[in-house]
Amino acid sequence: MNIGIEHYLIVSSFLFVIGMYTVATRRHAVAILMGVELLLNSASINFVAFSHFVEGGISGYVFSLFIIVLAAAEAAVALAIVLSLFRNTNTVDVTESVTLQG
Amino acid sequence: MSADALYTVAIPKLVELDNLWLIVLFPFLGAVINGLLGRQLQAKFGKSIIHYIAIGMMLCSFAVAIIAFAQILTADDIAIVSQAFPMIDIGWLSVNFALYFDPLSVVLALIITGIGTLIHVYSTGYMKDDPAYWRFFCYLNLFIFSMLLLVLGDSFVLMFFGWEGVGLCSYLLIGFWYKDMKKATAGFKAFVVNRIGDFAFITGLFFLFWGLGGHWNQNNNYDVHSNRSYEAIPVASDATSVDRLTSQDNKELVSQMPSVVFRDIEKQMTLSVRSAETGAIQKPFADALTEQTVGGIPLVFLICFLFFLGACGKSAQIPLYVWLPDAMAGPTPVSALIHAATMVTAGIYMIVRLNFLFVLSPGVMTVIALVGACTALFAATIGMVQHDLKKVLAYSTISQLGFMFLGVGVGAWWAAVFHLLTHACFKACLFLGAGSVIHSMGFLKSHDKSDDTEDNSIQTEPTHASVEEKPSPTDPQDMRNMGGLGVIMSHTRRTYLIACLAIAGFPVAAGFYSKDEILWKAMSNGQTFIPGWILWSIGFVAAGCTSFYMFRSYYMVFYGAPPSEQCQKHAHESPRSMIHVLWVLAGASIVTAVLGLPHLITGVDAIFAQWLAPMTAPFVSTTGVASAAWLEGILIVASIGIAVIGWLIAKHFYHSTHASMEKRQQWYQQFRLVHHTLYNKYWIDELYQMTWVRGFKSLSHGVATVDKFVVGLVINGGSKKLGQAFHKFAQVLRLHQTGYVNNYAYGIAIGTVVLVLVAQAWF
Amino acid sequence: MMKAFVNTLFYGLSVAVIAVMGGSTAAAQSQGSQVVLSSGHVDFGQGQDTQSQSIKVINNGDSSAKIVQVTIIEEGFNERRRHNNKATPVFSITKNIPKTINAGETSDIVVQFSQPQGHSSQQFFGAVQLKIIDEDASDPYFISFGLQSGGSWFERNILVLMLLAPAIGLLLLFAVPKQRDVLCRYVTLGASGLVFVLAIALYAMFDPQLGVGQGNWGLQFVTHTSWIRALNIEFFLGVDGLSILMVLLTAFISFIACISSWTISKHIRGYMMMILLVEIGMLGTFVALDFFLFYVFWEIMLIPMFFLIAIWGGEKKESAAIKFFLYGFIGSILMLVSLVALYFNSGGESLLIANQPLALIDGTPVKHTFDLMKLTYLHDFTQSPMLLGVDFTYLVWILLFGAFAIKVPIVPLHTWLPEAHVEAPTAVSVILAGVLLKMGIYGMFRLNYSILPDATQDAAIFVAMFGVINILYGAFCAFKQTDLKKLIAYSSVSHMGFCLLGMAALTNYGITGSMMQLFSHGIITAMLFLLVGVIYDRTHTREIAAFGGFATKMPWYAAFFGFAFMASLGLPGLSGFVGELLVFIGAFPVFRSFVIVAALGVVLTAVYHLWAMQRVLFGAYDSKWDSATRHDLDRRETIMLLPLAVLVLLIGFYPIVTLDLIEHSISDLLNFYNGTTSGF
Repeated sequence: MNIGIEHYLIVSSFLFVIGMYTVATRRHAVAILMGVELLLNSASINFVAFSHFVEGGISGYVFSLFIIVLAAAEAAVALAIVLSLFRNTNTVDVTESVTLQG
Repeated sequence: MSADALYTVAIPKLVELDNLWLIVLFPFLGAVINGLLGRQLQAKFGKSIIHYIAIGMMLCSFAVAIIAFAQILTADDIAIVSQAFPMIDIGWLSVNFALYFDPLSVVLALIITGIGTLIHVYSTGYMKDDPAYWRFFCYLNLFIFSMLLLVLGDSFVLMFFGWEGVGLCSYLLIGFWYKDMKKATAGFKAFVVNRIGDFAFITGLFFLFWGLGGHWNQNNNYDVHSNRSYEAIPVASDATSVDRLTSQDNKELVSQMPSVVFRDIEKQMTLSVRSAETGAIQKPFADALTEQTVGGIPLVFLICFLFFLGACGKSAQIPLYVWLPDAMAGPTPVSALIHAATMVTAGIYMIVRLNFLFVLSPGVMTVIALVGACTALFAATIGMVQHDLKKVLAYSTISQLGFMFLGVGVGAWWAAVFHLLTHACFKACLFLGAGSVIHSMGFLKSHDKSDDTEDNSIQTEPTHASVEEKPSPTDPQDMRNMGGLGVIMSHTRRTYLIACLAIAGFPVAAGFYSKDEILWKAMSNGQTFIPGWILWSIGFVAAGCTSFYMFRSYYMVFYGAPPSEQCQKHAHESPRSMIHVLWVLAGASIVTAVLGLPHLITGVDAIFAQWLAPMTAPFVSTTGVASAAWLEGILIVASIGIAVIGWLIAKHFYHSTHASMEKRQQWYQQFRLVHHTLYNKYWIDELYQMTWVRGFKSLSHGVATVDKFVVGLVINGGSKKLGQAFHKFAQVLRLHQTGYVNNYAYGIAIGTVVLVLVAQAWF
Repeated sequence: MMKAFVNTLFYGLSVAVIAVMGGSTAAAQSQGSQVVLSSGHVDFGQGQDTQSQSIKVINNGDSSAKIVQVTIIEEGFNERRRHNNKATPVFSITKNIPKTINAGETSDIVVQFSQPQGHSSQQFFGAVQLKIIDEDASDPYFISFGLQSGGSWFERNILVLMLLAPAIGLLLLFAVPKQRDVLCRYVTLGASGLVFVLAIALYAMFDPQLGVGQGNWGLQFVTHTSWIRALNIEFFLGVDGLSILMVLLTAFISFIACISSWTISKHIRGYMMMILLVEIGMLGTFVALDFFLFYVFWEIMLIPMFFLIAIWGGEKKESAAIKFFLYGFIGSILMLVSLVALYFNSGGESLLIANQPLALIDGTPVKHTFDLMKLTYLHDFTQSPMLLGVDFTYLVWILLFGAFAIKVPIVPLHTWLPEAHVEAPTAVSVILAGVLLKMGIYGMFRLNYSILPDATQDAAIFVAMFGVINILYGAFCAFKQTDLKKLIAYSSVSHMGFCLLGMAALTNYGITGSMMQLFSHGIITAMLFLLVGVIYDRTHTREIAAFGGFATKMPWYAAFFGFAFMASLGLPGLSGFVGELLVFIGAFPVFRSFVIVAALGVVLTAVYHLWAMQRVLFGAYDSKWDSATRHDLDRRETIMLLPLAVLVLLIGFYPIVTLDLIEHSISDLLNFYNGTTSGF
């Protein structure tokens, strides 16, 4: 059976749901970051799949490259924030640091 | 108004003399110099420089008055207008600073400047030791300036400048010794009561302009004339009214627009036109006023009544007289000048100036005559029991003004003005006589002078004096402290006696002729709705009271018990400057009799009557009225008789002390209640206090509380509640800021989903 | 607080900079034929004799252009024609350009200016509009150039100079270091002094006979350039009979206020900047003739006043300042709504005259306009569609009236005035009472009365009612006040009631009377507040009960105090009476019972004035004030009070001086109202 677009979509949606779940439930800041990474990757899989199966151009591929670069930058910034959060409040638990409460 | 009472006033030929407005400039200059530089001048050159300036200016303006008088005397029947500068010039309202000299206003100008100068000379002596000498003369000059403006102003507006300027000066002079709050409050009371009169005066003015200016056209809404231009309608050449209007070039233009200048209004009122179709003689303007009614009241009655109320305010008649007795708080020369000779006569001048208007409404004339007669009697009765010398003279002034209004009310214009002239002379003499007595009684702790520190509680309620309380030993004005001063102050006594004779109505002096003429005209006029004899009888009784209280004061001051040793030691005859003035005024009150010798004696009209005849409108009806010569003779004898009776009663009670003391006591006991009411001035002051003053205070208290709470709370409260509403709404919004990062993650997710759905549904 | 104050400064500055920049050249081009003019503006100089100038028209596009229509516009020509129907237009084209200009060709057009007889120094504005169609392009486009004549450089820019002087003063103050307070004071005095001198020059050059009939809508010293082209907003300044008195009053009172703010001791530089900014705002409001510019200056005035009260005020200064600002701001919001409503309803079917196309000053045709003169004379807003179910003119009238009623103030909305006065320092109080209250009534004249005459006619009865309520309410409240400044504030409410009554009568005297009352009240209240300031500086209290017998110790002060109070209660011979007399004469035929009640108000005015004066000046002197009343008025205080007193006396006895200035414009204003108002 040859691999159609549906298979890719199923894999990316699985990844997406797992990412959402980790972001939603994890209390550890770094775990949340991992969740975000999963989300980004699932999106890029989608792009690649559509670009290959549907449109045939290379815009999908270019876009997923963008996502990879973006993800790297985002991870760097996020980890820096988590690090400083840890240094100030020596806890990485997201639910404790609620000083920005309204 | 019966048809044949044709109005035959003569409109004098106008002569343009441009430097006569100096008469007003001199006193103004005097006031400015003394006002601004007075303090330094007095410090540097002493007090004499001050009165040299003041009296110098007065003499200059008196000279100008004499020039004007001579001009009018020589050329027959002319009026002088001297134009200074235009003041307002929009549409029909053209007011310029112009003075109008005609027989009436020249006589008054002479009185003001003449008696004014005399009183200036007198007050150099009286106010000698008062530190604020310069301020006194500044105010006096300012008063003369505004009084001349009032009398010589050629338009309502300029007259009103003088009218209120005089009110201001009387406020300043009554409250001259302002350290004592009661005196300042007396000034305040005078100004406010005058202002109420001015309110009536101004409202009458607007009704007049409205009546003259526009008219109700057919569909009964008011046609605003303000921007429609009118050309003057030429006087119909064949108007049958025999008057100067049609003399020389009969194109005497009468402007149809309302005008502020007295001459124009007089021309409008006297204009009679023969209507083309019916040939009947019509007076377009006069009829316009008499026919229109406002809320049922004929317009001319309303206008003249409001003018009369204004005059009452200024000349202290029944409803608005309460301020004059309190005005005695001012220095005595002020009482003499302002509250006897000049200012209080402004009301009479105004009515005589507008005689062509008052003639149109017999109703108002009756009201004036009645109010005048009642005021005369009412004030005379109060005057009979007062103990304060100046209060007696104050009530006598109100009473004499009542006589003048009686004269004006019955249309005896010249008699009223003549009484004004004689009254100015003898009342000034009386006041100055009283002043010199008070001046010499100054050794008692001074009542008049400013440095007494009476209680300073601000209360406008008049002190409730009762008869029994002993005279306060320190009051130099209380007649019971005086007694037997005649021997010490012989000059004052003699001049006071002459003035008493004049005012009481003995034929030897002028007072008799003027008062008798008024009483005779009151008896013999058929115009007023009240029969003549009632007016005459009220006046007659008032004349009797007048003679009684004048001689009562004469005997209490100069006769009675020999003077206490204190008086002998300190009391002294006044300095020469005051004595000379007294003698001049006493002489004047005798000499002026010549001007008013009645027809009965001289066979020809009184000089004063001829003098004022050209400018006054006749208000006499020839039919069915007792005007026989023999009746006039009887009345003359009657009035002499009443004067003598008054004098005898006074002599009986007050001449010699020991005999009359118990007589006086048991007379008091007999009429205790009457005496009490009279002494407390029928409690009119308290009545006004309860009704108007308290009413105004509580109303303003109410409005102020409304302002503070209702408006304050509603506006502030309202905005506070608005603020709270926003606050609550914001609380709800705050809840979603939980601080948990993952909540925000949910937010983002849900947001994107919603966005996709909406975008999908939208396009 | 300082930070907020700094950025408002930049806000003010940026507005000023935009105003100066102004000006721009011809319209955009389409690529077809590119017709360009050699210059965007033709100036005929002083305009004494008939002269003509030519302008080159160059078509450097690639296709020929056909000139379909050439129209000449003269500002205010219709009014001139209505006044005398033989009036010929001032600008005319002697040599017209050929019908078509093909590519690369140039031709010229000669415009001739012929001076109408009569007024020589008259300024004229106009424009020439060329309608051009390309061969291929379908929709025509317009190019145009402006025409101007008359007036020397000084006459054309005097108003701009009057606005620039305080602005330059403001900039100089930036350069002055904070501690050098004496220098700050002198710079401010110099700036407002310069404005005062320019105002005197303005009064000297003002020609009272110029009315709407003489063209240019009866305006003088006009500066008219386009400012924000995109929104048709123009920088339009001018003075006519309605605003000349107010400009003179503002210049005079601000100068006096600068002298009286010598005793300010806190943040002097900031204070002086605020005073100059307020002066710009006030002057601008009175001379601005473009609705947007009017609104901008109205706002410029509001903000510094807030800071002046909030920083330099008395005890409860914050609440008073906030209340003042909120009231003022709500007012300006109402005005903003009406501004937008009038803008979008101008032009179109409410345009009265078809042949006078709506155009900016340099001729570019526009659909809407902010220009007050065009809104007044070229539009009849009764035709505009209903708004929110209410007739358009009524709604806009009520909005505008609401905005100005707060400023006047009219009774239910007056609560901010006493508090603002009590808390404000003397100089600010003088400006607040002397000028700010007048902007409300001036606004009504300029906007309500000129642009919406029919609504004004119907609402006249309510304005009169508000007037009478103001008079009595102010009088009664004033009697009960214990604080001297509050008493004078309520007396201002009462005096403004007279203006309202006069305005509502819509007769010649009524409006003249209310204008006079505005001017005289300005001077008298300035004097009153200065006098209260003098006592406050010495005794640091304003409670009337605490004073007594000051006449003995301070005779000169007592003289001025008595003079000012007598002027305020309307004593004939002083300027207060002239206004009241004219208001009464004007209003009586129309509102008889109102005027009688108002005349009763005059008695009440006398009562509370005298009662207050008496408790301060007369009566026994309390020795506790010995230190305070040691010295009478010093030189500075006399310099402030004397000119005011002389002016009050001059106008009292010789009112023609000011009556002449306003007579002509008021009769022009009344042309809208010659119907009979049914009064009772």
